[in-house]
Formats: sequence, C-alpha cells, structure tokens
Amino acid sequence: MWQFLHKLASPKYFYDISGKLIPWLGGLCLISLLAGLYLGLVKAPPDYQQGESYRIMFVHVPAAWMSMFIYMLMAVWSAINLVWNIKLADVMASSSAAIGASFTFLALVTGSLWGKPMWGAWWVWDARLTSELILLFLYLGYIALVSAIEDRRTAARAGGVLILVGVVNIPIIHYSVEWWNTLHQGATVTKIGKPSIHLSMLIPLLIMAVSFKLYYLAVVLMRARIEVLDRERRGAWVREMFGESSGR
Amino acid sequence: MFQAFYALLKRDLLLAFRHRGELANPLLFFLMIVTLYPLGVSPETEMLRKIAPGVIWIAALLAALFSLENLFRSDFEDGALEQMLLSAQPLSLLALAKVLAHWLVSGVPMLLLAPVLGLLLSMPEKAILALELTLGLGTPLLSLVGAIGVALTVGLRRGGVLLTLLVMPLYIPVLIFATNAVTAAAAGMPIAGQIYFLASLLMLALTLAPVAIAAALRISVS
Repeated sequence: MWQFLHKLASPKYFYDISGKLIPWLGGLCLISLLAGLYLGLVKAPPDYQQGESYRIMFVHVPAAWMSMFIYMLMAVWSAINLVWNIKLADVMASSSAAIGASFTFLALVTGSLWGKPMWGAWWVWDARLTSELILLFLYLGYIALVSAIEDRRTAARAGGVLILVGVVNIPIIHYSVEWWNTLHQGATVTKIGKPSIHLSMLIPLLIMAVSFKLYYLAVVLMRARIEVLDRERRGAWVREMFGESSGR
Repeated sequence: MFQAFYALLKRDLLLAFRHRGELANPLLFFLMIVTLYPLGVSPETEMLRKIAPGVIWIAALLAALFSLENLFRSDFEDGALEQMLLSAQPLSLLALAKVLAHWLVSGVPMLLLAPVLGLLLSMPEKAILALELTLGLGTPLLSLVGAIGVALTVGLRRGGVLLTLLVMPLYIPVLIFATNAVTAAAAGMPIAGQIYFLASLLMLALTLAPVAIAAALRISVS
C-alpha cells in the first residue's frame, strides 16, 4: 500500500497511470450522466408542489455538493503537501481550484434559475445562497493568489495555507450566515432512515452525483497531467517522451 | 521569549510614532467613508439610524485592511523580516507582537473615534455602547485574520487588491455578529449571545492565527 502510494507520487508514474485512467473515468461519467439525466428528466414523476421545475435539482444539488467536496479535497491535499512536502499533492490542489469554482458557479446559477419560479426572485439573501457565494469568493481568492505568485512551488504552498485557513473558517461562516437569515429549504437527503425525498427522485439524484464526481476526477487528472508536464519540462523523462528538441 | 516579544512591540510602536502622519491616514479614511453615506444615501435621521451599524462596521473593515497592507512591508524590504525568521524565538510569537503593535496604533484610535461617528449618524446611546464593545472585540480579530493575508502577499508587487480578495470573505462572520449586536442593542434587546460569539472567535484567532501567519511568512520570504 505505502509502496504504491510512494510510486504514485512520482510524476512519471502518475503521468502514465492517469493517462490510462482518464478514458475509463470519462466513459463511466458519460454513461452515468446519460442514465441520471434520463431517469431524472423523463422517468421521475413531477413534484406535487413544484411541478416540473424541480427537475433542475438533478443538476443543482450535485453541483452544490461538489463545490464543498472539492474544497475539502483541496484542503486535504494542501495539508499533505505542507506536512510531507509531496509535490503531486499541490499539483492536485491547484488543478482542482478552477473546477471547484465552476461547480460553485453552476450551483449558484441553477439555484437562481430555480429560485425565480419558486420564490419569485432571481436572488434572495438567504443563508445557503450567501454561503455558497462566499465559497465562490474563497475559490476566486485562492486562484488569484496562486496566479499572482510566479514560482509554482511557493504559489502552491501559499495557496495551501489560504485553503486551510478557509477550511477553519467555513463552518464559522456557514453558521453565522445561517443564523443571520434563512429561507432555503432544509436538507432532504441526509436524513438517514427516512429521507423526505421519494426514491424515484433520489436514485437519479445519486446517479448524477456519482457522474459529477467522475467528471471531476477525469478533468482534474487531465489538468494535473498538463501541470506535471509543465513543471517537469526539464526532466529527463519528459524530454525523452517528446524528443530532445522540444525540451528547452 | 517574552523579552523578544516586548522588544519587538516597543520597536514597532516607536517606529509608528516616528511616522505620525501615516498614523492618522487610516483614521481619516474611516471618517471619510462614514461621511460619504449620508451624502450618498440620505441625510434623514431615521434612515441613518437604521444603517449606522453596518456603515460604521464596513468602514472599520476597510480601514483595517487599508492599514494592514504595510504590516510587514518595510520589514520585508529592509531585511528585518528575514532576521525574525532566522532568530531563535518562535516566529508566531514575534508575529503576534507585530499584530498587537499594529492594533494598538490603528485599532485603538478607531475605537476612540467610533462614538463620534455614532453621534454623526444619530445612533442611540445604548447602540453606541454596543458598538464600542463589538469594535473592541472585533478590531483585534480583523488585525489577526488580516495579517494572515498580508503575510501571504508580502512579497508581491501589487498585493493590495489581492489582499482584499483573500481576506474579505473571512471577515464576514465578524461583520454579521457585530452589526447584529449593535442593531439588537438599538432595539433594546440583549446582546450577550453575539458578544460571547465574538469573544470566542477572538480567542480562536488568538490561538490559531499566529501559527498561520508564521507559516505564511516562511513561505513568502523563502
């Protein structure tokens, strides 16, 4: 197990194995996406209160989950990088930021589209919307900081500190905002035992969530591969792969 | 260890008082932002009373950020910061001394000016008292959290705007609890809950922020 992890942390091995994984992840993502969309948009019955418009939930809710999940993952990778100084961890963290920010943006946009028919307004200053918006700011702050520092290693380490500070703050921000104002419907899936969402809606929702996770994995590996190549462009194995001439 | 803390605190205070002109700048900034609101929104007493807590607190946030920007700048430029990194004393303690010095020269004057601003915006007395209490707990919090952002951006040419982007989201809980307490006090309601929350946030920042500042400084300066 440890040996495998050590091997995985070497850029060349990572580059090879991720190259093999990406088509699989992408294919599975496409299949689950189509299945989830079919079940969610065609098969699932209309909601007795919200009619057809609730169907945006199958995009909105997984996107919102992903936005938080990716931030937590980035925190884990940043911690690994700061503690054990594993370069690959910071590659993964910085490659994740843009994807996380896009999921956050997607959650906000779909939420806004959903809010218009439900609440009669594109935007309300409700607790969850506001904390999602703040999460977007945290992502954008991270991206801005990382892109402002020239040296890649320094940028990744500085970004890591920022992410960890953000993680300590997220619960505080979340609860302070919640306490400040709330209008959003409560979480309906996490009530284990008797979820208040019907099974015919829950299954497509979970399939969509899996599909989004696979999408994230496929894209983050693609981005990480490019980042690894760029950082290792002076390395022997990269030069060998592309022929001596293209390496500077 | 505490000798080093006091020495650095004394040095920073001395440096601040040798540049008296710069000392007044954040205060003027604070005053001017608050002055803009009656001009921009409306001079009606009722309206001003309603928005006063938010206005004063947002102005305080901006003034704190504005004054924080140069917290480590001159030390970074003349190499003193590197000496601190190399010294045998714990860097987090030294960072705490610097933040404390900064708060004493920028936060405390804001505390003194705030009641006057409260009167300008025709706040009731009870609310002014609550404002002082929240600013007393809140401004050191702003300095501590902001210093992490400053430490991360210290080596960068145009750190100012970036600093705002990094630190503002982290300031939101302080803003929420503080303005809520002031509004509640103006309505004659108890504010103990909000005050306790701010106090516990301050304790959390006092214990964790110096460590984060030290880690950030080591990364930015190396």
